[in-house]
Amino acid sequence: MFEIKNLHATVDGKEVLKGISLDIKAGEVHAIMGPNGSGKSTLGNVIAGRDGYEVTQGEVLLHGQNLLDLEAHERALIGVFLAMQYPVEIPGVNNMSFLKAALNAKRKMQGEPEVDAFDFLNTVKSKVKQVNMKEDLLYRAVNEGFSGGEKKRNEVLQMLVLEPTLAILDETDSGLDIDALQTVAEGVNSLRSADRSFIVITHYQRLLDYIVPDKVHVLADGKIVKSGDKTLAMELEKEGYGWVEA
Amino acid sequence: MSNNAEIKEIASQEYQHGFVTDIESESLPPGLSEDTVRAISAKKNEPEFLLNWRLKAYRHWLTMKEPKWPHVNYPPIDFQAISYFSAPKSIDDMPKSLDEVDPELLRTYEKLGIPLREQEMLAGVVAVDAVFDSVSVATTFKSKLKEAGVIFCSFSEAVQECPELIEQYLGSVVPYADNYYAALNSAVYSDGSFVYIPKGVRCPMELSTYFRINAANTGQFERTLVIAEEGSHVSYLEGCTAPMRDENQLHAAVVELIALKDAQIKYSTVQNWYPGDKDGKGGIYNFVTKRGDCRGDNSKISWTQVETGSAITWKYPSCILRGNNSVGEFYSVALTNNMQQADTGTKMIHIGKNTSSTIISKGISAGRGQNSYRGLVKITPSAENAKNFTQCDSLLIGDKCGAHTFPYIEVANKTAQLGHEAATSKISEDQLFYCMQRGLDMENAISMIVNGFCKEVFKELPMEFAVEAQKLLEVSLEGCVG
Repeated sequence: MFEIKNLHATVDGKEVLKGISLDIKAGEVHAIMGPNGSGKSTLGNVIAGRDGYEVTQGEVLLHGQNLLDLEAHERALIGVFLAMQYPVEIPGVNNMSFLKAALNAKRKMQGEPEVDAFDFLNTVKSKVKQVNMKEDLLYRAVNEGFSGGEKKRNEVLQMLVLEPTLAILDETDSGLDIDALQTVAEGVNSLRSADRSFIVITHYQRLLDYIVPDKVHVLADGKIVKSGDKTLAMELEKEGYGWVEA
Repeated sequence: MSNNAEIKEIASQEYQHGFVTDIESESLPPGLSEDTVRAISAKKNEPEFLLNWRLKAYRHWLTMKEPKWPHVNYPPIDFQAISYFSAPKSIDDMPKSLDEVDPELLRTYEKLGIPLREQEMLAGVVAVDAVFDSVSVATTFKSKLKEAGVIFCSFSEAVQECPELIEQYLGSVVPYADNYYAALNSAVYSDGSFVYIPKGVRCPMELSTYFRINAANTGQFERTLVIAEEGSHVSYLEGCTAPMRDENQLHAAVVELIALKDAQIKYSTVQNWYPGDKDGKGGIYNFVTKRGDCRGDNSKISWTQVETGSAITWKYPSCILRGNNSVGEFYSVALTNNMQQADTGTKMIHIGKNTSSTIISKGISAGRGQNSYRGLVKITPSAENAKNFTQCDSLLIGDKCGAHTFPYIEVANKTAQLGHEAATSKISEDQLFYCMQRGLDMENAISMIVNGFCKEVFKELPMEFAVEAQKLLEVSLEGCVG
């Protein structure tokens, strides 16, 4: 379903992804682990189409379509979702309106009418409960003045509403306490299905106690240096990243 | 990057409202002299006091020099090349209803998206006094307003029907000698709007005037006078779009508001005159004097403006807080794209006791646009316990534009409390990417971020205007990011 073939990318002329290949089947969850600066976040950003990266080689295919030919918003509209490591604040833009605009953009692309305001409100409210988020955050500006944990919950809320085909979680666990971590994981797990895939980028193994991956890949210096099943994550936890870098 | 092609394509979109209506105009030949002033006054069948006032203004104007202090650049204006009067020909037999209005004219309004018939059907929501060039050709909802005792008509009509109010109030807020363009306007103004709200009356609907500029090379000199008697309330809306032009067109309007004891005036403007093309060719020069006088105790005047058009905007809607406990407000969004220049802000003159004023200014610069906020808060010695809060924020889109802030504060009473906040920010790549990653295209993303930035001002606009204002920003910002 989702395939990365020999992906190379540079930032300011410096190569940061050095030939990454991945094959994620529908319904699978793959974890990407690795030390700081190994290229984990870069990989998420390149897949989502953020400016500032130049892809010098390779392909990124979702259902056979090369994402690299598409603008960031076009990738989003065909089902790529990136839960950001540092969600940005957008002053004055109502969180609920933002979510609705995003959902309607997607519906428009699929030839569906705009979502009914009443249905939308009900859906969002139930999902807000699911991620254990304070309802008043819906009526505030996007991420403005949200705590770190609230921002991450808001990311998961957006993911639950937009129901992506490929969801990438970029260190969504960082800065979360154990309760928040569990809620986030439950949100992700509730979305797991046979036609949806996940890439979970994380520095620590603990998130993977709750979101159990089908495969674990270790990224170091822009390359995947080791792949395995969930036991690989536990080994990493025990041994640290030193042994994979050596 | 790959965005560039898209940006270029969007940037090349033409101004939507650019077209010229083929209507014969009965214009005075270009040129300005005492004879021009007398000719305008005669055409309008004005009483002698008005002619004399115009002549005094003209003679004073001759002694004045064009101001150079605004932060804007433009070639010298040849005042002899301007025609000072133009009216659609059918004006001689004034239409009694819309059916009698020149169909060509009605089609123009339809192209501009203001079908008067629909407006009329909205019965009781908005009364429209449509100004085409310099003369009003259609006025609606008169009867309902009449019932309430409200006078809402063209300035020329008011001159004929209630000259005593004109004589009493005209020039009492903006004297003819006030400034260069106010003097010029006082000498040659051709028409405008007049509003009178009697004592204790709450105007039953929002009053709205759409100004258009159409005849080639015709300066527009509008005169607006709003009088709110004791305890009355009125909300006045003014909105503009203009046909595309090559020559620069001068627009020097004067707006005077008078709020007596316990009266409230809310004056909202959405201004979308032709801003010129990408290289700054053409476009309107908008040099306007707007001032409100809180003459009575507990009175309130509130200015809200959304300025997206014109090649050059130069205006400072101001409040003179004369009455005790009077309140002045100024909410502004000014957007400059391409080669547009705007120098705008307000003056809050505190004279009465316990007066308070609020200034919220949002400047947006894109392309090579230059945006300046210029504001004066003056606390005179008599203004015990005056309060002011000022917030001016600038948003930059791209790296070739500019934002400037010129706050002037003069305090002559130590009981005054003033607060000033200012911030300049750039639309961030992070915000754009965040929106686009959620499926919004770049245009929608920018317009969402900008609308968020302007929210504090938009919420002051009447509902239907707020929607129009958001749309306007979208159109004005098309293709502004590089």
